Amino acid sequence: MAGVQGFIYPNEVELQWSVLIVLYPFITGLVAGAFILASLERVFNVSAVKPTYRLALLTALAFLIVAPLPLQMHLGHPERSFEMYITPHRESAMAMFGFVYLWYLMGVLVLEIWFDYRKDLVLTWKSATGVKRQFYGALTLWADDISPEALRIDDKIGRFITIVGIPSAFLLHGYVGFIFGSVKANPWWSTPLMPVVFIFSAIVSGVAAVMLLYMGLCWRRRVPIDMGCLDTIAKYLFFAFVIDFSLEMLDLIHRIYEAGDSFGTLDFMVKTRLFVSHIVIQICLGTVLPILLLAATQMIRLSEIARRRIYAAAGALTLVGIFAMRWNVVIGGQLFSKSLLGYTTYKMEFATREGLLPAIVIMVLPFVILAVLLRVLPPWGDEAQLAGNKA
Amino acid sequence: MDQDRRGFLQDAGKFILLTGAATIAWDFVVAGAPEQAPNYVATDHWWGMIIDIDKCIGSGNCVRACKAENDVPREEGCFRTWVERYRVDPDDLDHPLVDSPDGGYDGFPEIDRPGDGLKVFFVPKLCNQCADSPCTQVCPVGATFESPDGVVLVDKTRCLGCRYCVQACPYGCRYIDPRTHTVDKCTLCYHRITKGLTAACCEVCPTGARQLVDLKNPEDPVHQFIREHKIHVLKPDLATGAKVYYNGLDGAVR
Repeated sequence: MAGVQGFIYPNEVELQWSVLIVLYPFITGLVAGAFILASLERVFNVSAVKPTYRLALLTALAFLIVAPLPLQMHLGHPERSFEMYITPHRESAMAMFGFVYLWYLMGVLVLEIWFDYRKDLVLTWKSATGVKRQFYGALTLWADDISPEALRIDDKIGRFITIVGIPSAFLLHGYVGFIFGSVKANPWWSTPLMPVVFIFSAIVSGVAAVMLLYMGLCWRRRVPIDMGCLDTIAKYLFFAFVIDFSLEMLDLIHRIYEAGDSFGTLDFMVKTRLFVSHIVIQICLGTVLPILLLAATQMIRLSEIARRRIYAAAGALTLVGIFAMRWNVVIGGQLFSKSLLGYTTYKMEFATREGLLPAIVIMVLPFVILAVLLRVLPPWGDEAQLAGNKA
Repeated sequence: MDQDRRGFLQDAGKFILLTGAATIAWDFVVAGAPEQAPNYVATDHWWGMIIDIDKCIGSGNCVRACKAENDVPREEGCFRTWVERYRVDPDDLDHPLVDSPDGGYDGFPEIDRPGDGLKVFFVPKLCNQCADSPCTQVCPVGATFESPDGVVLVDKTRCLGCRYCVQACPYGCRYIDPRTHTVDKCTLCYHRITKGLTAACCEVCPTGARQLVDLKNPEDPVHQFIREHKIHVLKPDLATGAKVYYNGLDGAVR
């Protein structure tokens, strides 16, 4: 058996969860994190991040639409996945995915976006002609009341949805962490810290993604970056990252200090097969370095251009680090045998159903969806600009 | 011969009836199928297995019989049961040398020489038919379940192939059938035991190391066996309610 070291149970030759299952927590993490950033403005009145409020919501939606795709591609019988809605097994953590997903998509994100955009949609509907008019009319559900009273109610409902949305975002991603954390057969996964670590790493990745998108889109649209906004986002990214890193280190130190029966096996794995992806990429490059970079911007007075560059570098490293973290959880958790006596290797294929190619397509897809959403629902939407577009 | 018409009809009738019965019985013999067992009441049974480590000689009969009886693919990584060989150095108990070439399908090649000083023994493995099975707990659609007679089964017409149960099984007893893309595992030969037969692996074991047991049957010798031997289950710390009981299980076995 190629790539096997020591003894593994005969049925453990094949890794059960592939790179597609790595994408699943990565993508839902981006969704939850982007939403938390949006809620900063809405619920906690952090007005500095207002320029990214709508962008964050649309980013969350674009990624949420794609989130079930890697799971669907992975199933042996995707045509039966609807059974999870009809005959869910209530004891199963995974059975709840469909409900949590639908709730978050329809009960939180779509509703919040709709209420927030309603005025813009009505204005576009009324000023457009032809197919565009029909389209925007349909988007407003043909409700054209944008009187101050109606808008006040919209705002109230939107705020309420965001308040409900925060625990929902925690639920969405904490739940993904629970799927792994509750597998007692796997000592690499089985820890009650897993959902909490997932939530904070989600916030980190989502905030970093929206920050990068905001910078990229400003550059593309040739408009100046609101540095107050960017500095605030970077500050929150820094705080969230410190909490996330502390939790991960708590988990690590706890494992090292307790040194249970699985420790020798996991320790050997981290020092050999997972060394590059865990120690080098996740911890050093993807966590410690961006934290140091962000800390520098908090402590040293730097020029605007220097801060922008540091934020871009820290954001990109953060995303690489969080992706590595998902990889190390999902793939790392399958590289050692449950006999604790041996190790196997993950051989990623390319153009197969669960290969690298579909993984790349799935990762590109949210950006395509986001590009469409940005056209249909421009997030830059102060009314002056909207009026300018119309003219 | 003095036989009236009445006597002739009676004899002919008996002959036809008996031939018919023999023909039906012969069909079963040829098909290798036991009679139907309409009187089987699931709740009257609670199935498990006893494995006597000291009796196992690593013949691989059980692995071959299981594959043949249950149409288990001959591919790598597809086993309902397998046998592991442990070689334990008394000076290094924490690092046993374990192998299971092709799951023990063809037995084990001799690799030790007298005087090596190793403790060598075989450990047959199969689904532990856990009463609190972590695998059935995680199935999102309930395609895998515990039957009322204590056997963990899979409904292949419902299995999504999500592989969560494979991850949840601490013993590595599940695999994905590459032909159906659904999960498969030991059923204790459910099609046999519900008809009064024993599991295929137990049937062919040359030393009687594996024995199907019915824990609800007061007449079953298992009760006496458990009373008189030091028995153990695999990974008891995981509290899965495993019902495969090992006699003489070494602490090195994982």
